[in-house]
Amino acid sequence: MHIVVCIKQVPDTADVKIDPKTNTLIREGVVSIINPFDMYAIEESLRLKEKLGGKVTAITMGPPQAENALREAMAMGVDAGILVSDRAFAGSDTWATSYTLSLALKKIGDYGVILCGKQASDGDTAQVGPGIAAHLDLPQITYVRKIEEISATHVIGERLLEEGTEVIRSPVPCVLTVVKEINEPRLPSLKGKLAARKAQIVHWKAADIQGEKANLGLDGSPTKVVKIFTPPARLGGQIFKGEPEEIVLQVVEKLKDAVIAAAS
Amino acid sequence: MENEPIVVIKDKCVGCRLCIKSCPFGAITMQDKLAVIELAKCTLCGACVEICKFEAIEIRQPATVAVDLSAYRDVWIFAEQKDGHIQSITYELLGEGRKLADQLGMQLCAVLLGHQMTDRTAELIQRGADRVYLVDAPELAYFQDEPYAAVLIDLVRRHKPAIMLCGATTIGRSLVSRVAVTVKAGLTADCTGLAIDPETKNLLQTRPAFGGNIMATIITPRHRPQMATVRHKVMKEAVVDAKRQGETLIEKVTAEILKSRAQRVRFVPETETTTNIAEANIIVSGGRGLQAPENFAIVRELAEVLGAGVGSSRAAVDAGWIPYSHQVGQTGKTVCPKIYIACGISGQIQHLAGMSSADIIVAINKDPEAPIFRMATYGLVGDLFKLVPLLTREFKKVLKQ
Repeated sequence: MHIVVCIKQVPDTADVKIDPKTNTLIREGVVSIINPFDMYAIEESLRLKEKLGGKVTAITMGPPQAENALREAMAMGVDAGILVSDRAFAGSDTWATSYTLSLALKKIGDYGVILCGKQASDGDTAQVGPGIAAHLDLPQITYVRKIEEISATHVIGERLLEEGTEVIRSPVPCVLTVVKEINEPRLPSLKGKLAARKAQIVHWKAADIQGEKANLGLDGSPTKVVKIFTPPARLGGQIFKGEPEEIVLQVVEKLKDAVIAAAS
Repeated sequence: MENEPIVVIKDKCVGCRLCIKSCPFGAITMQDKLAVIELAKCTLCGACVEICKFEAIEIRQPATVAVDLSAYRDVWIFAEQKDGHIQSITYELLGEGRKLADQLGMQLCAVLLGHQMTDRTAELIQRGADRVYLVDAPELAYFQDEPYAAVLIDLVRRHKPAIMLCGATTIGRSLVSRVAVTVKAGLTADCTGLAIDPETKNLLQTRPAFGGNIMATIITPRHRPQMATVRHKVMKEAVVDAKRQGETLIEKVTAEILKSRAQRVRFVPETETTTNIAEANIIVSGGRGLQAPENFAIVRELAEVLGAGVGSSRAAVDAGWIPYSHQVGQTGKTVCPKIYIACGISGQIQHLAGMSSADIIVAINKDPEAPIFRMATYGLVGDLFKLVPLLTREFKKVLKQ
C-alpha cells in the first residue's frame, strides 16, 4: 500500500517562554520541529508499511525550510518526501491548506491510507485532516488511538471519544487522524539520518498541482485574522504556607462557595 | 511582485523598527534600514500594519468573489446529542447564539440530527431556539461523520444560515471541518469569545492559539455561513423558559445522503465514571508528585467528594499511571472547568496550555518555585500526601451541610 503521511513544521512550544515584563512571547532562538502529533502519524505509517509492505511518502506544505521536517521523517524510515511550497500559498487558512494538500494527494494518485496528526500544536484547529477527507470525498476516522486491523481494502480503527472508544471500519482509501496514545515514535537511526541527508526531496509548486489561484493562499482562505493580542496575564494569587491543617481550612473557606456552586 | 500578500513600501518605510516589536511571530527584520517581512513566518495578522505610523506596510486585499451575503440569514447551532440526550454544550451554544441572533435581528435555529428525537425539540425551544430543524432517521441515531456532514451540507445549501456554531468537541470538530470545506465556508476552531462587529455585522471570533499564549480575532468577511466551533464550558448555558414557543421543521433527506462508507463496529464506554473532563465543572489533576500509580487514589477520593473529573499531567500518563484520555495539556485535552486543582504538577508550559482558562486554579506542590504557582489563584505549598486528604475531609464536611 502507498501510505501518505501529512506533516507540518511548527515552532517548538517547549522552547517558547513568556517575557514576564512585557507578557509577550520570547521568540528568539525558537527552533522548528515536526508537529508532535504528526510524529505519531509518521510512526504509525511506518508500522503499517512493516505489516503490509508498500511505501510511505511524507508531504508537507510550507516554506522552503520545511524540507527539514521531511528529512527528519525520512530519517525515521519514510521512503519519500514531497514539499509543496509556493509563495502563492502564503496566508492559507485551513480551507486553503486542506485544498492544497488534497491536490498534492491527487497528484500522488495511488494513496491508500492517509495519516495526519489530530491537530497542529501551533494552530490547534484539528480541521485540516477532515478537510482533506472532504476535498477528496474520502471517509475518515478521526482521533484514532489504535489500528486494530488493516488490509489493502479496509481498516478498523479505534476512535477516542469523550466518553469511550468507538471502533470504526472504513474502506481504503481513507483519512485517519491520530492521537498520542497510538504509539511511541521511534528515534531515527544513524543510517537513516545519513540517508535522509542525501535524499532527494521532491518540490511541487502551485502549477505542479494545478491549483486554482482563487482557491490558494490568501484568495482561497475564507477566514481572516483581524487582531492578535496577548491574553491578560494571569496574576499569581495567594500562596499559603505553614501548618497543613491551618492552610487547608483557609483555602476551603475561600473555595467553599465556588465548590458548592460548581458541584450543584 | 504585485502578488505578494504583504508588502513594505520602500519609499515610506523609515526604519523605525516599531513593526518589529509589534510582530507576534518574529517575522520582521531590518535590512539596510528597511523592514523586511519573512513570509514563511508571517500570518498576515496585520499587527504591523496597524502600528506603522507611515502607512508603509500594506496587506493585499484578496480578489473578491461576488457572493450575495444578504441571502444568508439566521444563526444556527448544531445540537449535539448522545444516546438521545442533548449534550450540555448545546445549551451553551443556545445561550451564546441567542445573544448573537438578537443583536442581528435574526432567528436562532437549532439543527438536531438523530433517531426518534421528535419529543426532544421542545427542550431546544425552551432554551432559546425559535426554530428547530429536525432530521430523524435510523442512520442518524449516533454520530457518523459522513451522513451527519452530508445532511448538514444539504440543510446549509437549502436554508442559507449566516452563522453556524458547533461545539469544539471530538464530534463537532470532525463534523464541521467536512461541512465547511464542502460549502466553502470560513471555519474558526475552538472559539472562546464571539461578538458581532457593530459596523460590518461580521462575526468576531476570538480564539487562543500557540497554546494559549496568543489570542486571535478572526472574521469571515466574504463567505457564508460564518462557522465556528466553540470551546466547551466557556459560554453560559441558556436557561429553561417553559413558556417559550417555537416551531419544529421536520426535514426530509434522500437515502443517498444518509449513506456511510465508514461504519461503527462497536462502542466501548470508558470504565472510569468521572472520565469526561471536558464536561466537568471541577477537575482534580495529579502529576509526577504523586510518585506512584496507587497514589492516584487520593486524587480520586477528592474528585469523588467534589463530583469532579480526574485529570493528569503528561508525566503521569507517560509513566502509565492513568489512561491517556485523562491527560490535560498540549498533547492531551484542553479543559475549561470552574475549578482546577493541580496536585503535584509543576506546571510546564504544555500543561498550562491545557488548563489556563479555568476560572479558579488551586495548586498543591512542595516546591515553592514551581511554575504552577504563578498561575494559581490559591497555592498551597507543602506535602500533597497531607494536604490532599485534608482537603477531601474538609470539603466532605462543607458539602454535607
